[in-house]
Amino acid sequence: MNDRARVDYWVRIAGAAAFFIILVTVVDVASRGSFLEPSNLVRVLRQITYNCILGVGQTFVIITSGIDLSVGSLVGLTGVVAALFANSVHLTGFPLIASTLIVAVAVGCIAGWVNALPVVKLNLPPFITTLAMLEMAVGAAFILSHGRPVALQSPDFQNTGIGSFLGGVTAALHLPSIPVPVVWMVAVIVVASILLNRTRFGRYVFAIGGNEEAARLAGINVVRVKTAVYMISGACAAIVGFLYMALFSSGSPQTGTGDELLESIAAVVVGGTSLMGGRGGVIGTFFGALLIGVLYNAMNLLNVDSYLQKVLLGAVILLAVVLDELRKRYLSR
Amino acid sequence: MRGIGKSFPGVRALSDVSLELSAGEVLVLVGENGAGKSTLMKILAGALAADEGEILIDGARVRIASPQEAQRLGIGMIYQEFTLVPQLNVPANVSLGAEPTRAGLIDAAAVRARAHRVLDELGLELPFDVPVSQLSVAAQQLVEIAKALATSARILVMDEPSAALSDREIERLFEIIRRLRAAGAGIVYISHRMEELPRIADRVVVLRDGKVVATREARGFSPDEIIAAMVGRRLDAHFPQLPEPAADAAIRLNVRGVRRAGIVNGVSFSVRAGEIVGLAGLIGAGRTEIVRAIAGADPVDGGEVMVDGEVLRSGRVGEAIAAGVAFITEDRKAQGLVLAMTVRENVTLAHLADFVDRDLLIDLARERAATVRMIDELQIRTPGTEQFVGNLSGGTQQKVVLAKWLLGNARVFLFDEPTRGIDVGAKSEIYKLMVELAEHGAAIVMVSSDLPEVLGMSHRILVVRGGRIAAEFARADATPDRVIAVATGAAA
Repeated sequence: MNDRARVDYWVRIAGAAAFFIILVTVVDVASRGSFLEPSNLVRVLRQITYNCILGVGQTFVIITSGIDLSVGSLVGLTGVVAALFANSVHLTGFPLIASTLIVAVAVGCIAGWVNALPVVKLNLPPFITTLAMLEMAVGAAFILSHGRPVALQSPDFQNTGIGSFLGGVTAALHLPSIPVPVVWMVAVIVVASILLNRTRFGRYVFAIGGNEEAARLAGINVVRVKTAVYMISGACAAIVGFLYMALFSSGSPQTGTGDELLESIAAVVVGGTSLMGGRGGVIGTFFGALLIGVLYNAMNLLNVDSYLQKVLLGAVILLAVVLDELRKRYLSR
Repeated sequence: MRGIGKSFPGVRALSDVSLELSAGEVLVLVGENGAGKSTLMKILAGALAADEGEILIDGARVRIASPQEAQRLGIGMIYQEFTLVPQLNVPANVSLGAEPTRAGLIDAAAVRARAHRVLDELGLELPFDVPVSQLSVAAQQLVEIAKALATSARILVMDEPSAALSDREIERLFEIIRRLRAAGAGIVYISHRMEELPRIADRVVVLRDGKVVATREARGFSPDEIIAAMVGRRLDAHFPQLPEPAADAAIRLNVRGVRRAGIVNGVSFSVRAGEIVGLAGLIGAGRTEIVRAIAGADPVDGGEVMVDGEVLRSGRVGEAIAAGVAFITEDRKAQGLVLAMTVRENVTLAHLADFVDRDLLIDLARERAATVRMIDELQIRTPGTEQFVGNLSGGTQQKVVLAKWLLGNARVFLFDEPTRGIDVGAKSEIYKLMVELAEHGAAIVMVSSDLPEVLGMSHRILVVRGGRIAAEFARADATPDRVIAVATGAAA
């Protein structure tokens, strides 16, 4: 690493750390210590899980300088399909959970493949193709579920949705219990991070985002890599759909049609991934999601009016990206 | 400009540079990449602020804090990279940023009238109603000049305006420059092409390492002396000796009847191991398209490309690379490099499969070692393997592109304008490298608009016109006149 890159790296880490420490201190003092309670911190992690997993998938797409607007509605669709599947098969326990997850992820991957097809074959803007998928997925979810949540008949998903990971161990150590979805989030981040930073595929994702023509002329199969990133995004949406289904014990067509899409993009961008493509990473996305989660949690603890919460969240997102841009300018002077 | 100084973090880009430009004078500014030419001109154009020094126009001290102010002071800048909006037509581009208005709305008639006036002044005729993206590169360059003149520039800065032009178009550019000079404009002309200097320059200023090392009348300042001043040492010859390929050398690259509708019209030639074949011709003659077809960058409508007897499928870059074809593209920033990636990541990009372990992960240590090896071999001037390629100079970037292709075991090298926009020192290193590759049995095809380069660096010269090979010359028979005659259609 050369000097400037090293300085840049530490400025970013130090800047982000300072920002968090100030934020946490202020919030903790203002909330009279309830923010830093272990059980509250775990709550924050559980709350950001879904946004973070969506953001991880979105990160791959955005690094190729694309965008996936369909992730929110795919959460609803995959949740409905997964619930219908789970109710229709005669399985129990692990085989039921595993097969349901596979079905959900398959649906997400197929949707991602459909998203990518016009992008890679006709060079259409992903903004439009994934917008179309957003509409189609919402409609399909309502049709399949007849507009009502599909209640799970099997109780086997309870642990996945609201259970604790290694509950005995954490209890014995007097630690707060770790929700299973948080473990899912960590697993997704670890796998995605290795994929993005240590494999050929990941390198090609960056190369395509940085300069697609140069990547093509270097012999990279651009069509295949770009198709894969939309499938990864669809798969991440499916994992979220699956986790929500397990959490609510039902697959609802309305899940994911609220702020999920825009907050996933916000997490990616606040986390330092460039919408222009070519730069970014999933660890940053985790911190982006964490920042948003901490803000929401803090504002709830401080009884901030829920409409005002939106205004403040927007302002903080803007501030974060403006500060990041100023940092880049300062360093490239 | 007096005593101009400018520093970037870690680099002193300019120190105590003084420059004087009279009305009706063409001042040619030369220097290696990184010598500070562009920085100096950006300061003049208000795109950068100087740390020290002052600028005087007509004896009055001026502050130029923005490109708009520079424009108002009559300073026109023609950048190396185009600054046209491709979707807009010629009049709209010419008036861009200074549109005449009536009642707050753009006065379309005045916009057209202004474009007419400027183009008339330049003696040009260009279509008005098509987007400039449909014009040739050369025509776009002329629009770029018209745009600078539309603001009635008294001082005109041209940063390598001839880089994208063919000889005939350069002739026209020079005519325009002479006309502007006669009208009393002061012109600063930045160039890398030595042979242009005597034809256009009144005075030559040589920059090296951010300092003025020579200011002389162009008359009597020989190219060899200028180059010596630029590099700080004397270069004996521009081109290295070309060793003849072995008499029985096998045919490496065989191109048979390659066609692409309207652009490449049945091209056949072959290149033997150790041979360098130059493709000469005007811009738009189809030279780039021919090498792109060989590289698999564009699908073709007919014909075959064979490497060592093996037929390549059209439009498959990956297969061409696997067969040993290396394509060093014309535009390294747009096609050759990922600027937001590091030297290491760019160097290994085309051969990343060789660095993947059994666990499917990239072996970073091996990757770094290979990059360090290439940095040493090609003497790439970079602080390290992790430097972002976007921060390197043009010649250094070109070496990174070369490193990328030398990393594999390529046997066919396609060089498209390999030395465009890079400095003399880097140029001769690239020539040496080409000779070395040929000595090791590579077949080389070189496209170049730089005629001395084609003539000096090729065993055989193919002249391309209208997507066809119009003539073939052996090295001994090729003279500039004969090649130009064929390229322009003056002779068959």
